[in-house]
This record gives sequence, C-alpha cells and structure tokens, in this order.
Amino acid sequence: MKTGRYLALLLALLPVTACADDTTQGTETPPDSLTIVSHDSFAGGVTDETFAAFTAETGIEVDVVAAGDAGGTVNQAILTRDNPLGDVLFGVDDTFLSRALDEELFVPYESEFLASVDPALVLDPDHRVTPIDFGDVCLNYDIAWFEEAGLEPPQSLDDLVAPEYAGLTVAEDPASSSPGLAFLLATIDRYGSDWPGYWESLVANDVKIVADWETAYYTDFTRYGGDQPVVVSYASSPPAEVIFAETPIDTAPTGVVTDGCYRQVEFAGVLANGEHPQASGRLVDFMLSPEFQATIPTTWFVFPANEEVELPDVFSENTIVPDDPASFDPAEIAANRDDWLDQWRRVVTP
Amino acid sequence: MAAGGDTLTSRRTLWAVAALPLLFIGYLFVYPMIRILWLGVSELQLSDVLVETRLLRVAWFTLWQAAVSTLLTLVVAAPLTWAVSRFEFPGRRLAQGLVVVPFVLPTVVVGTAFAALGWRGSIWAILAAHVFYNVAVVVRTVGGLWARIDRKVEEAAAVLGAPPWTVFRTVTLPLLRPAIIAAASIVFLFTFTSFGVILILGGFQYATLEVEIYRQAVIDFDLPLAAALALGQLVGVSTLLAIYSRRQERTASALVLAPEGSTRRRPAGRAGVAVTLAVLGTLGLLAIPPGVLVAKALAHDGFSRLVTDDPVVGRPVEAVPTSLQFGLAATVIAVAVGLCAAYVISRRRTRLSQWFDVVLMLPLGTSAVTIGFGFLIALDVPIDLRATIALIPLAHALVAVPFVVRAIVPLLRSISPSVREAAAMLGASPTQVFRHIDLPIVARAALVGAGFAFVVSLGEFGATSFVARPDTTTIPVMIFRLLGRPGLGNFAAALALASLLGAITAAAILAIDRFRSGDMGSF
Repeated sequence: MKTGRYLALLLALLPVTACADDTTQGTETPPDSLTIVSHDSFAGGVTDETFAAFTAETGIEVDVVAAGDAGGTVNQAILTRDNPLGDVLFGVDDTFLSRALDEELFVPYESEFLASVDPALVLDPDHRVTPIDFGDVCLNYDIAWFEEAGLEPPQSLDDLVAPEYAGLTVAEDPASSSPGLAFLLATIDRYGSDWPGYWESLVANDVKIVADWETAYYTDFTRYGGDQPVVVSYASSPPAEVIFAETPIDTAPTGVVTDGCYRQVEFAGVLANGEHPQASGRLVDFMLSPEFQATIPTTWFVFPANEEVELPDVFSENTIVPDDPASFDPAEIAANRDDWLDQWRRVVTP
Repeated sequence: MAAGGDTLTSRRTLWAVAALPLLFIGYLFVYPMIRILWLGVSELQLSDVLVETRLLRVAWFTLWQAAVSTLLTLVVAAPLTWAVSRFEFPGRRLAQGLVVVPFVLPTVVVGTAFAALGWRGSIWAILAAHVFYNVAVVVRTVGGLWARIDRKVEEAAAVLGAPPWTVFRTVTLPLLRPAIIAAASIVFLFTFTSFGVILILGGFQYATLEVEIYRQAVIDFDLPLAAALALGQLVGVSTLLAIYSRRQERTASALVLAPEGSTRRRPAGRAGVAVTLAVLGTLGLLAIPPGVLVAKALAHDGFSRLVTDDPVVGRPVEAVPTSLQFGLAATVIAVAVGLCAAYVISRRRTRLSQWFDVVLMLPLGTSAVTIGFGFLIALDVPIDLRATIALIPLAHALVAVPFVVRAIVPLLRSISPSVREAAAMLGASPTQVFRHIDLPIVARAALVGAGFAFVVSLGEFGATSFVARPDTTTIPVMIFRLLGRPGLGNFAAALALASLLGAITAAAILAIDRFRSGDMGSF
C-alpha cells in the first residue's frame, strides 16, 4: 500500500521535475520567433500590428498557423504532441478543454495578469491553460421582423416552445457546430434531465436545424432573406451588425435574448515539448495584457477576459454581457458529450 | 510483338519516368495514410464498429447517392457535351468556359443561392447540387475525346443504313467509353466523399462516410473509429477504381484521332435547334445559382467592399493574387506528375500499372480530415513540411493530379500502336516517336488537365484551411472568414468574392482553350 503510494507520488513528480529542468534554470535564450497554433477565425484577424508591441518589447517575432476549426486545432495538437507545430496553442474552449488536459498538451504557466480575470473563467486550477476571452452564445432576433409582425420578441427559452413562436427559430447541429453545442448545453443546464422533453417541444414547435452557423445566420435568418427571425448566434452579433453594416447605422438591427445564453471561454496554453517555454509564457502574458485585450472585441467579436479593459461603445450600446450564463465543468462535458449528442439526435431525427 | 509496348519503350526509361509520380504519391499520400490509419486501427476494437448498424446505413447511403449523382450528371451533361464537341457555333468556347464556374464555388455560398430558390433540405437538393458541381467534369473530359472522333466513322455506319440513334449507340458510344468511364470515376469519387453539399444542402439528418469521419475525428476524437471508417472508405473506393481501371483498359479502342476542331460542323436545320436547346438549356440551368449570388452581391454593394480596407481581414480582393500564385504552382506540379504518370499507365498494361492508376486516384476518394491528419503526423521528416507554404500547392496538386491523368490517358490509349510501330519501322527512335506522335496529342490533353488542376486549386478549401496562415489567405478561405462574422457588409463582400472567383475561373479556362487551339498549325 505504502510503496504503491510512493510510486504514484514519484510518477506524479516526474513530469513536473522534467519541466522544471526546462523552465526554471533561466538559461533559455530568447528565440527569434514564436509560433501560435490556433483556429482559422483567430488567424483571420491577425495583422502586422497584432503582435507588434510584443515584438518591440522582446525582439521576438510572432507567427500564427491556423489548423482548421476549434476542435480540429485541439485534435491536431494532440496528434503532433511530440513534435508540435508551434509554441503556444490558442483557441481551446471549455468544450474541448478536458480532452486537451487529459492528453497533457500543456505545461503550467501562471500569468501575472490573472488577478484581473474573473475567477469563474479560470477553469484549470493548475494553470495549464489561461483564459484569454469569452463569448456568449445567445438567441438573436430580427427587430424589424417582430415590429412588422406585431409580436413581442421571445424573452426566454420557454417562449420558444410557445405556439405564437412556432416555426420562428433556427439552431445549429451540435455535432457539427460550436454554437450549436453551446445552445444544447444551455438547454441541458436549464432543464436538467428533462432537456430531451424540451427539445421534443422545440421540434414540435418546428424549430429548424442546420449544419452550421454560417447557414443559420446567412441563409435562414430573416434578416438575410430566410424564414426564421430567431437564430442561435452570439451576444456580440448585434455590435458586429453595426460595424459591418452596408451603410452606416447607429443601432443594431438585431437584439439579444438574455435568457438561455451559454458562456464559451477560450484559453491559451504553452505547448509541452515546445522549445521556448519561458518566452511562450511571456507571449501568454502579452495576450492577457490590457494592450492586447483591448483589441479583442472589435477584431474577434468576443469579450476580453481581463476585466480592466473597457468595452468599446459599439459593444456597450448594442449588446449585454449576460449576468448568469450557463456554463459547465469541462470534465462533465467530456464525460457526457457523446451520450448527449446521441440523445439529441434521437429526439430531433424524424 | 509479345512484349507489347516494351518494343518501343525500354524498361529503364519507364522506371525513370515513373520515379516522379511514385515519389509524389508515396510521400504525400501513401506514407501519411499508412501512419494515420495505423495510429487509429492499432487501437481499434472490432466490436466497437460492428455494433454500430447506423454506420452500415451511412455506408449504403454514401454509395447509392454517389451512384445516382454520377448517372444523373452523365445524363444532364450529355446534350451540352455533344453540342460543344461536334459543332462549331458562336459562343462555343464561352460555353465551355462557363460550365466550369460551378466547380469552384464554395458550398456555403451555393447553399445560400439554393436556399433562396427553395432547393434545400432533401435528397433532391443533394443530387441537384452534385449535378450542378460536376457537369463540367463530363463536358470537358468526354468532350475532349468526342471532338477528335472522325465523323467518317459515324458516316460510314450511316451510309450502311444505320439510323442516327443506332450509330450513336453502336459506334460513337463505344468509342467514347474510355472518356465516359474516366469522367464517371471522377464524379463518383467527388460525390462519394461529398461533405459540404450533404450537410448544408441536404440537412443535418443526412450523413455520408465523409461526414461521419469528420464527426468521429474532430468532434468525438474517436480516432480508432474514424480510422476504421476511413479504411472502409478507402477499401470501397479502391475496389471500385480497380474495376473501373480494368474496364477502361478493356474498352479502350485504338483509333486514328482526327485533328481537334476538324470534326466540328456548323449546325443547320434540326441539328441547329437541338444545339441551341442543349447549350442554352443546360447553361441556363447552371447559371441560376451563380446568378442569384451576383444579384445579391450587387443588391448590397458587395463589389465595392472587395476593395475597401477592412480592419480585420484587410482588402478581400488581396486574396486573388495569393490564390493565383498557389494555383499556378499547383498546376505546374500536377501537370509534371500527371504527365509522367499517364505515360507509364498507358504504356504498360500490367497489374502494377493498373494499381498505380488506382493509387493516384485515391486522394480524390479520401476524406480531407484523414489526409490533413496524415500530413500532420507524417510530414515532419526529412524537413518539417507541415508549417511551410509549399504544403498548400502540394496538397492542391495531390487532388489535381487525377484530373491531369484522366485527361491524358484515354487519348494516349487511343493512339493506334500501328502508328507508333510504323514510325519506329521508318527508323524513328523511341524519343522521336514520343515527340512526333504522342506529344502533340498529349500536349493538348495536358492543357485540359492543367485547366482543371488550376481550377481545383482555386476552389480548394479543406487542405488550405488546415495549414492556413494570415499571409496565405486564398479566395475560398477569405470567403469563409467573411461569412464567419455577422453583418450585411461581410455577407455582400463574401458573395461578391465568390462571383469574382467564378469569373476568374471562366477567364482562366477560356484563356487555356484559346491557347490550345492557337497552336493548331503544328499538328
């Protein structure tokens, strides 16, 4: 019994000391460049300016490689764990976090800026990952459509199954879409073990389900010529509608239903087997610094994790950050995801 | 004469020519596939797969929808193929260029157009979309051969009293068979591995093996099951290809090909009506979805947004030169590899060359996720190719090579051996035989293949997004990024960029066709 525990302790210490060798000696010479592995939507927003301040301060260039969508990014990091594509991985979210941690993708790093971050976002007490931003998946509605129809926009998840809202909602398949999964989790959080019953009512009320967000928003949402004035989207979508309007507008044409939101948190982590763990830690610091965090909302349309950063006006005027969004323990998601998706499929398949 | 082609081509030359395609396919496809499949399959418990009867249904659906899609595509494409290869009329080249446009349009954009027309959410939408995307494959591949079948052959049959339909069935169709099989095999592979069309136009309740592999590999990260499915997909595709390859060889009839263009006539009388109907009818149908896109882009001022600087994605139009550069590089690689491969395949009628043919086609029938994951774990030696820009045109070429091979092989096989033998008898060396007999014919076929390779590269999204960097934004990646954000401006810009992609495609094909007939004199 005793020896067994010794052995377990030894084994537990092994990787830690191995890392300690790499990181605490202080002999690491700063590299010329670091590479962030991320998903395509992050890479799409990176310009020459994004990391210019970091390069000016440290002399280290920052390169970004995209690896598909959020799920693909984590999986490919696992596949390439022994010879990673980069130094820092950004973009693992709460729904894939458990998988990443179980596979020991990251080495711990505790950022100095964590004091300014809402503790609810710090989902790994060992700091193998650091929260950088969060986004709330919420129902959006087409303001003009509801005015024209003389109908109040829905206020809650319960409203969606009421007869007057029949056929008005479009959602995404949780098996192929990240907001789709978030919305399913929001309903599971709200209705507990009764959630399949809620989805049965949704289906009975003619909810439309499509493969991805792009299709739901740009094909089925009434604002873009579709038939559904309620869409599962993000709390940040209305400000984006203002920023990317065809002709300048002051107020958003879409609104957010504050009930039934789900908070997705995105993390960065220093990849194990990377060559420059110390410099990578500094890069994580930079990503959590007010300077970088201030660029997050209008570049990637998510909210900065650092609470010292003020939201731009277009955000504060056109959306709300829900007070009490649903969220799950990543381990619970990992343990149940397959079952939930199977059950969901059975409920919605005709 | 016992050794067949060996009389003219030495074994050593053949191996030297085979080296490039062997290295290409071995390093970029076979080796990564073995690595990734082994990784998954080694942990597989067979019972896990067998209990999933749902997967059998998925496999069956994958098979039949691909078969039906291929048949429908052949039928829909037939009249237009006939018109553009047998007749000369104003706008013929334009028609041949326009038909390729659907081929490059991203599914998510086409989905928008189909939805606006109400064509969505059923098996019919899936089949219609597959036809929409693949008509070009048939028109170009079959048309290439048809345009070179001497009218005298058909006329001889007619003189002997055969009615037109009988002539077509008993004379023309058998002659065209190699090209028809070549086109059908490509269309089949495309639809067999269909992903976006199934999810976006069919609806979430439809799943092909490709969709299922994506779900298992990316969402559930069940690598063993994903690998088992990928292996199943691979075995199915190889079996079918092997059958095709055998058939194609048996049915290849050697004939003296007429010079390109010499067989086209001005349509008159009833033929004129039929040609007009075939061209306008088919193009009219194919034009509907792109028409909707252009109209929507115009309605929201999308084209001016292409040159407007966006703080996040930059000027969308900047993706155009990036795409063109990758397209050019991919085309050069694909043509070099494809030419060598086609030469080897058509010269040697052994089981080995048959398998070579099949293996070269396999990337078309393999799921993008499997190839992408394979790249990631295998391509870090001898140099770390994974993070280099070179991987993008190489990945594009991997998908494009089958088009080059398929465009060339039927023509090479159709060269009557007696022509080569006659030349050899008159004292021509093997090199001279190749230069004076094979090359003129091959060069034009290679251009057809090159056109497709270029277009495949322009429209490719999967592999590019797997290794994308901020400075390697191709047109499809840019469209996807624009559509990833809410806002009318993004929507309009995405549709405008898709329209531009279509226009560039048509222009590229037109330019290649012009060049192709421009050097007629040397024939």
